[in-house]
Amino acid sequence: MTTMTMARAINEGLRVAMDADSKVVLFGQDIGRLGGVFRVTDGLQKDFGEHRVMDAPLAESGIVGTAIGLAMRGYRPVIEIQFEAFVYPAFDQIVSQVAKMHRRSAGTVRLPMVMRMPYGGGIGAVEHHSESPEAYFVHTAGLRVLTPSDPQSAYLTIQQAIACEDPVIYLEPKRRYWDKGEVDLDTTLGNTGLLSPWRARIMRPGTDVSVIAYGPMVRTCLEAAEAADGVALEVIDLQSLSPLDLATVVESVERTGRAVIVHEASRTAGLGAEIAAQIAERCFYSLEAPVQRVTGYDVPYPASRLEEDFLPDLDRVLTAVDRVMED
Amino acid sequence: MTAETDPVQLLTPEGQRVAHPDYDIDLSPGEMRDLYRRMVMLRRLDVEATALQRQGELGIWASCLGQEAAQVGSAAALRPSDFAFPTYRDHGVALTRGVQPLQILELYRGLTNGGWDPLEKRCGLYTIVIGNQVLHGVGYAMGQSLDGTDDATITYFGDGATAQGDVNEGFVFASVFTAPVVFFCQNNQWAISQPRERQSAVPIHQRATGFGFPGAFVDGNDVLAVMAVTRAALERARSGNGATLIEAYTYRMGAHTTSDDPTRYRMGDEVERWRLRDPIERLKVYLAREGIADRTYFDTIDREADDMAVTLREGVRRLPVPEAVSIFDHVYAEEHSLLHAQRAEFEEYHAGFVDQGVR
Ligand SMILES: Cc1ncc(C[n+]2csc(CCOP(=O)(O)OP(=O)(O)O)c2C)c(N)n1
Ligand SMILES: [Mg+2]
Repeated sequence: MTTMTMARAINEGLRVAMDADSKVVLFGQDIGRLGGVFRVTDGLQKDFGEHRVMDAPLAESGIVGTAIGLAMRGYRPVIEIQFEAFVYPAFDQIVSQVAKMHRRSAGTVRLPMVMRMPYGGGIGAVEHHSESPEAYFVHTAGLRVLTPSDPQSAYLTIQQAIACEDPVIYLEPKRRYWDKGEVDLDTTLGNTGLLSPWRARIMRPGTDVSVIAYGPMVRTCLEAAEAADGVALEVIDLQSLSPLDLATVVESVERTGRAVIVHEASRTAGLGAEIAAQIAERCFYSLEAPVQRVTGYDVPYPASRLEEDFLPDLDRVLTAVDRVMED
Repeated sequence: MTAETDPVQLLTPEGQRVAHPDYDIDLSPGEMRDLYRRMVMLRRLDVEATALQRQGELGIWASCLGQEAAQVGSAAALRPSDFAFPTYRDHGVALTRGVQPLQILELYRGLTNGGWDPLEKRCGLYTIVIGNQVLHGVGYAMGQSLDGTDDATITYFGDGATAQGDVNEGFVFASVFTAPVVFFCQNNQWAISQPRERQSAVPIHQRATGFGFPGAFVDGNDVLAVMAVTRAALERARSGNGATLIEAYTYRMGAHTTSDDPTRYRMGDEVERWRLRDPIERLKVYLAREGIADRTYFDTIDREADDMAVTLREGVRRLPVPEAVSIFDHVYAEEHSLLHAQRAEFEEYHAGFVDQGVR
């Protein structure tokens, strides 16, 4: 076990993938000498060369569009979008081309590309640097979506994303980049066992309420579980948002009879809506209380001095827990 | 491909007034002193804001150090009824359009994502998503011409932005509709860590030709040349001849923002070379030599800048933090039932804390 930050763990995962396959190339703004604005690609251009770690012009549609061509030519592009809200200029390429190519070509064209981007708030940033756009991508058939919550999960999920034959949106919770954790650098994709990146992880077992989260909110929910008085919270980290590991969620909710779903993204038509619907369909007779969602509000992400009022926090999670326990 | 030319210059880096075959400017002594004053005040705002960020009073700051002549010279060429679309770095443009310094700091303190009324100031809000505002500028100019006015629009962007789709689409729309717009590109040599060559394999101003309008290349650290070239482009727009792309050749003396560490990607001696071409020093030498301004005048301006700095330092700490519930304000122009309900839920939740005396 080695202690490292999530940013470092992603960097290590990228190294493993680049060592294993010379077709893996990185492409993005300021990822070379600068190492990316969050230093996730630090040192990779130096170690792998400018032909494998390429600084791109400032055009996101250009980056994704050309990555499609590279993938058609047999490369495995891992692109970096500097901040989540700058993926929107590339939205057309992602939704209309990346997501549909495999189907349109009747399976002959695979696009094993990874679109990495930091997402989420809580770092006091200016506008367009704190959003949570995951629902757009989960809603788009043809894309897979992964999001790590800690260094160990990051180390494995980034490798899984690169190994995957489908295009993967890889969302990095930026406020957790500097959180440290233990990483087993010897686990490889082949020997992960139950650590499969496509599976949800039960981060803390509990008997009373299933708290379902992903990315930046996993730590918040673990803190809530620690603080909860007389209630045993089971905290689930989804890791994979598309596909959702419903088996793990359903098994947990059937045991606890209560579910709280937590995400930073706005509520309406967010991931929580889908998960709540699935729980209603599959666990209706096990439920002791209506499912609760703790989310950002249906407003544009506010200026940073107000972001704490927008983001779910420990208090809001515990308030929802109280509510499901009342019923 | 045409060969690289020298940028238009009316003042040498040593402050010598020189003639140019195509451009000239005739400013009164008062107008020249005003340009100097605006640049000094801008620099003081910039230096002060950088310091305030270090002290934790601002979340971040995007410095325009070194770009004062490009911003002030171009914005000073506008009429009040024209319109400007700035980026996050164009503080000199905002100030020249009448935006108050504290309104700019409010944004970087994280109190608002806007800061002023764009329609009143005829100055757009800072746009952070690279290139978005260029299309807005073209559309606004189309409106000016549909209305039959002789007003014009100027839209700002960086060297990095020239790679972006929106900017190139802006060029296409402007030429197809002969829009009265001036594309003002501050080539400050860097887009975060990326040099200009990573965004455009040819000099930026040369790209205009392919879109169907002229490109001008100007020394962006020469406020007189910038103003002359911008005036000419605005004149062309007003008289129905359409767009011009101006490349102002300048330099980002500071970090990309206060979060950036430029030592990772550029050499210190490059910065030192550009320091010799300082835009304010250049005008100052000229004004002094020509007797347009003297020591007393420069001292007065410095004191005015000192006073502004004090006002800023005190004012920024007093800027009110909006009430939490204001995150629900202005999301829609008309009543929205779902948001209305959520707002009520939010207020009830927070009232609960007040009852318990927690908040
Ligand atoms: C669409 C988009 N992509 C990426 C970014 C992140 N970013 C902010 S500023 C910047 C560089 C801009 O360079 P340039 O256009 O030269 O303007 P300058 O910052 O030099 O004034 C980048 C990549 C962004 N704001 N918007
Ligand atoms: Mg630039």
